[in-house]
Amino acid sequence: MELRIPVGDWIDSFFEWLENTFEWLFEALRQLFIWMFDAVDWVFATPPAWAVIAVVAILALLARGWKFAVGSIIGLLFIVGVDQWDNAVDSLALVIVAAFLAVALSIPLGIWAARNDTVSKIVKPLMDFLQTLPAFVYLVPALALFRIGVAPGIIATLIFAMAPGVRLTELGIRGVDKEVVEAGEAFGATPRRILRQIQIPLAMPSIMAGINQIIMLSLSMVVIAGLVGAGGLGGDVAQAISALNVALGFEAGLSVVVLAILLDRFTASFGQGMGLYAVWSKKRRAKKTEQEQARLDAGHETVGGRRATGVGAAS
Amino acid sequence: MNDIALKADGLYKVFGRSADDAVKKLRAGASRDELGGATAAVIDASFEVKKGEIFVVMGLSGSGKSTLIRMLNGLHPQTAGTVEVGGDSITGVSPAKLRDIRRKRVSMVFQHFALLPHRTVIDNVAYGLEIQGMGKNERLQRAAKVTEIVGLGGWEEKYPSELSGGMQQRVGLARALAADTDVLLMDEAFSALDPLIRREMQDQLLELQQELGKTIIFITHDLNEAMYIGDRIAVMRDGRIVQIGSPEDILTNPANDYVEQFVQDVDRARVLTAESVMRKPRTTVREDSGPHAALSAMRDNEISALYVTKRDRTIVGWVRDRDVMNLVRRGEKSLTPAIKTDHGAVSKDTPLVDLFIPSLEAALALAVTDERDRLVGVVPRVTLLAALGGEPDAAGSAEPVVEPLPAEVVTKVLDSAATKGGN
Repeated sequence: MELRIPVGDWIDSFFEWLENTFEWLFEALRQLFIWMFDAVDWVFATPPAWAVIAVVAILALLARGWKFAVGSIIGLLFIVGVDQWDNAVDSLALVIVAAFLAVALSIPLGIWAARNDTVSKIVKPLMDFLQTLPAFVYLVPALALFRIGVAPGIIATLIFAMAPGVRLTELGIRGVDKEVVEAGEAFGATPRRILRQIQIPLAMPSIMAGINQIIMLSLSMVVIAGLVGAGGLGGDVAQAISALNVALGFEAGLSVVVLAILLDRFTASFGQGMGLYAVWSKKRRAKKTEQEQARLDAGHETVGGRRATGVGAAS
Repeated sequence: MNDIALKADGLYKVFGRSADDAVKKLRAGASRDELGGATAAVIDASFEVKKGEIFVVMGLSGSGKSTLIRMLNGLHPQTAGTVEVGGDSITGVSPAKLRDIRRKRVSMVFQHFALLPHRTVIDNVAYGLEIQGMGKNERLQRAAKVTEIVGLGGWEEKYPSELSGGMQQRVGLARALAADTDVLLMDEAFSALDPLIRREMQDQLLELQQELGKTIIFITHDLNEAMYIGDRIAVMRDGRIVQIGSPEDILTNPANDYVEQFVQDVDRARVLTAESVMRKPRTTVREDSGPHAALSAMRDNEISALYVTKRDRTIVGWVRDRDVMNLVRRGEKSLTPAIKTDHGAVSKDTPLVDLFIPSLEAALALAVTDERDRLVGVVPRVTLLAALGGEPDAAGSAEPVVEPLPAEVVTKVLDSAATKGGN
């Protein structure tokens, strides 16, 4: 008699039980996902392509500067040129919804894991599991629970993309200089306040890297989600595979590349001080600082003009 | 009890499993290596810090001093023992109460400054006040004042990364001062600074302490720093406090070989004061006692000169045997014509390093006076040299500076004066 562990059967019956018991919940989530997707999709699909491109170009200019703006115009025009605009907009909407949900879940989870070793010990292997399990495998139960369409695509994307967000958030917060956190404690700040005023601001670069990773992984998963009828560029890729249509496959695939580059550069630029917006805000801040300093200096002179000693000691 | 700012009693900190068992074993006399899995960082630390005192905890890395200071404000919960700050126990209290004590009673300065890099200097200084719940305008005003005091006026709107190390630590100090707590914990606060800046900061700390009267507990691994700023020093080794005493105590009476070895490298000339090396003057003479008495005193002690004081031991000057002998020969009744007033006495708090030149200039062993100009001792040159070598006793007795007149000559003069006086 051959020994076989019926893992598949167990998991199958687990999902069956899940489906039967929480049908209302999955239905509600499905509706929520579809509604969110439609809302975002509407924003991008309603205006004509040139208007969207113009807005993106302006945002690119503000975020990173003129080179990026020109690049994004060329990229988006390419998508329009290969007639993938509608698909690209669908995919973008999927990415935005899935990434938003993934960020909303992974950052609090990462914070929790950073502050609680037990949670960290549970979350870490769980995230390893979720990230290494072949992506296609998610799709099957997602399909069973959410039926065909956008919803299983979003849920599979969400689960797949969460891991780096959780990890980098935890890493960032745990990596904040211990002494600075101690300083917060030593002056009597509450843990919540230390989190808000010290840990999160100082962990921000790492958290932003996590968000960037979430978006990139979302995009790659969204293409796979095309297999379950989530539509978008992934849908065309899937179609191209089944029909051995090299031309369509590459057109859709290259459009994915364009989207990926745009999203990556946009998210990577947050807080980096590039682009017009950063220049403006820097100028504004400098001006404000100057005024503030002038006000303080005026204060000193009325106090007794001890400024000279200060500057002397500082040199 | 009212002048005790902080009191630690039987503090233990043990990391690792079965910490309580480890404490029991330690109390029973086990050594640090016999604890199995647990690591004892602080063992049975007890001390009291008086109000307005600078109490230095000195030890090498791994001696437990950083753990100890973190137990004083509860950053590390103690394994056993108690800590009282201004009469309130901080051990075994609720987190909210502990935070309240940290806000109002104890603030801290960190080795690597621990400033908030995303806030300006003034917002960093105001941080403690912000947490105390003070309104924005009031706290910025107060922070501006303290920033000025530490010499950072004009830098309020800069970010910490734009400041040098010394200036950043001034911000750290200002943040702690602004919180206006009685007790200031300073964890290796100056160790990350280069030597010149460190000296400057030490001076500034002493100045501020004089002005503001804070109680300061200062951790350092640098014995010279400890000696320079400390009113009292606790020397730690392997988690235990091995000696508590004034800098001079520690230098002159090391409790064991470890402390003795440690203090070998100290710049004695800066730590020891005239008071700690001076000895009793062999003899002095009162200004109203007359030349006859002065000359016999010098002869009996085989010295060539001595200090003259008033009745209350206030120093007046010094006399030389030759001059006094002339007075005796002339039959003068008063010692005054022979008294030279350039006695060059130094106050008893003068560090040794400042005694060398006066000692060279003085005609006899350097006179040491107290705050009311009373002669309390003398420092012969040999004693000064011996003290630098670490063994003040090697000097033996204070040697005369100038060869005294031969005793027979003096006796002859005295005798003839006596017969003259008898006529």
